[in-house]
Amino acid sequence: MMGLGINHYLVLSALLFTIGIFGIFMNRRNVIIIMMSIELILLSVNINFVAFSSFMGNIDGQIVTFFVLTVAAAEAAIGLAILVAFFRNRATIDVEEIDTLKG
Amino acid sequence: MVAELVFYLFATITVIAALGVVSAKNQVHSVLFLVLTFFTTAALFVLLGAEFLAAILIMVYMGAVAILFLFVVMMLDVEFADLKKDAIQYLPIGITVGVVILIELIVIITQIHLDAGAVAAAVDVPNTLAIGRILYTKYLLPFEIASIILLVALIGAVVLTLRERNRPKRQHIPKQLARTREQAVELIKVESGEGAS
Repeated sequence: MMGLGINHYLVLSALLFTIGIFGIFMNRRNVIIIMMSIELILLSVNINFVAFSSFMGNIDGQIVTFFVLTVAAAEAAIGLAILVAFFRNRATIDVEEIDTLKG
Repeated sequence: MVAELVFYLFATITVIAALGVVSAKNQVHSVLFLVLTFFTTAALFVLLGAEFLAAILIMVYMGAVAILFLFVVMMLDVEFADLKKDAIQYLPIGITVGVVILIELIVIITQIHLDAGAVAAAVDVPNTLAIGRILYTKYLLPFEIASIILLVALIGAVVLTLRERNRPKRQHIPKQLARTREQAVELIKVESGEGAS
């Protein structure tokens, strides 16, 4: 393959996605790192959208990235707010301890 | 040639920083690696011709979301060593799942063949102008819904973290409105030369 093809970007995105999944497995007890891994996964999705948008000459993919960014920001804000409220009540962020709703 | 060098430089930094996010001992370092990942990705977006999204990524992600993470990490007084102590037992399954997903994705990706000729043809208006033209016409309703989502997230975060304390005395509007004239005011006929009590 010569030049900078779309496959370069897609492989990079696949690597980031895999690292995100790996991070969720490796930090199963720490909610903050799990949320950062989710951000990495969303970022890899964004790279895919922008790469396809750029290589197919269609701007719509960048609009979708825009909405993914919006939802990711909202998710981070709400998730961290829940985390702060939880930490106030239980003084831990260990995922294993978050089982109050378990019957 | 220059573009390829830039791509490989930033892609390498992105992958290394992403690995740093998931494996750093100190959580503050994790957040800073996350910032680095976003920054290099923004550079790759510029390379792809998406300057507006690169700017948004730097402003919204590095300026807001990553700093939010940093605040929360620094506010919560957690023993991070306790949370990492048995991480090694998840290493085999983590690597297995990761390798399987990576192989599947790369098998799919190698089937994709796009001719690169489409790239040059699309660049006739500036990126921001093109996004603005389509965002406020074709995608107007999703744009408004996105603003509602952000409003809900804003109010939700405030409601979730608001702590009821006594000390700053708050205005209690229903109580105020429920007051009648009879409860609030008492008319007393005061005789001259005597007190009101």
